[in-house]
Amino acid sequence: MDVEAKVKEIIIDKLGVEESQIKPEASFTNDLGADSLDIVELVMGFESAFNISIPDEDAEKISTVGDAIKYLKEKLGQ
Amino acid sequence: MKLHNKKAIVTGGTRGIGKAIVKELVDNGCNVVFTYHSSDETAKKIEKEFSTENVKVYGIKADATSFTQAEEVVKFTLEKFGSIDILVNNAGITKDNLLLRMSETDFDAVINANLKSVFNYTKAILKPFLSQKFGKIVNISSVVGIIGNPGQANYVASKAGVIGLTKSNAKELASRNINVNCVAPGFIETDMTEKLNEQQRQAILSNVPIKRLGKPEDVAKAVLFLSSNDSDYITGQVIIVDGGLVM
Repeated sequence: MDVEAKVKEIIIDKLGVEESQIKPEASFTNDLGADSLDIVELVMGFESAFNISIPDEDAEKISTVGDAIKYLKEKLGQ
Repeated sequence: MKLHNKKAIVTGGTRGIGKAIVKELVDNGCNVVFTYHSSDETAKKIEKEFSTENVKVYGIKADATSFTQAEEVVKFTLEKFGSIDILVNNAGITKDNLLLRMSETDFDAVINANLKSVFNYTKAILKPFLSQKFGKIVNISSVVGIIGNPGQANYVASKAGVIGLTKSNAKELASRNINVNCVAPGFIETDMTEKLNEQQRQAILSNVPIKRLGKPEDVAKAVLFLSSNDSDYITGQVIIVDGGLVM
């Protein structure tokens, strides 16, 4: 599965942002306008899309698009 | 028809206030799944009696204290109706005793049935509510949760807890267009108050400015208001339905 494409799709769906805004360095809260509930929904979106479980302590470290992609790739052994 | 084509879950829908709530929602065009704990026969009767050509009513047996069963009830409702708009957390029990005589088991049982059940159903319904960015949650508390009542430490604690949970959930979910409110009934004519003797009844009535006990329908009307679009700008509130007992 193309992790980056899927992650982008989930972010667009949950945050209602344009694809052009989704850059690796983009912060979910500062650049993409996510609030705390959005972050939880994003994490749950990743969990169900990739069929994995993301512990809270890991979720706290994911603050940018790049963080999410890097984390998910590692988690999926890619 | 304030709830035309809406879909609701009501916990504890076969008796007293719960049954009146199911009826009120149905009369306003709302499809309802209600849960019940004991009597299959009563549940079947209500399904048959309340269902109309346009409005569907289903009973499902569930233990309100179980989170897994709450998830199953939500799943069942989504299968039947396709979506859910309203959750009414009504299921509750009493196990009254003076503190000195109250067992740990009775304390835990009432907290689980009355307070944890609200957490269970609210959490179970959250995903559909969040993704549709709409939902109405009405929790049934009690005036004794506000003023206290001797002999009901467990019940009072659970009902005060429901008010706190309502307010926290209201704050967490307001940005997603999910309203969470509470109805706090006073003394209402149900199985719960039928146990009162004449002397207790008179003592209560002497403190109720509207000189009668409430009817389950009085509570159901407040639930209807909080379930409908009429209350879109109201969240985290407690509506007291008690004939003026607490002011």
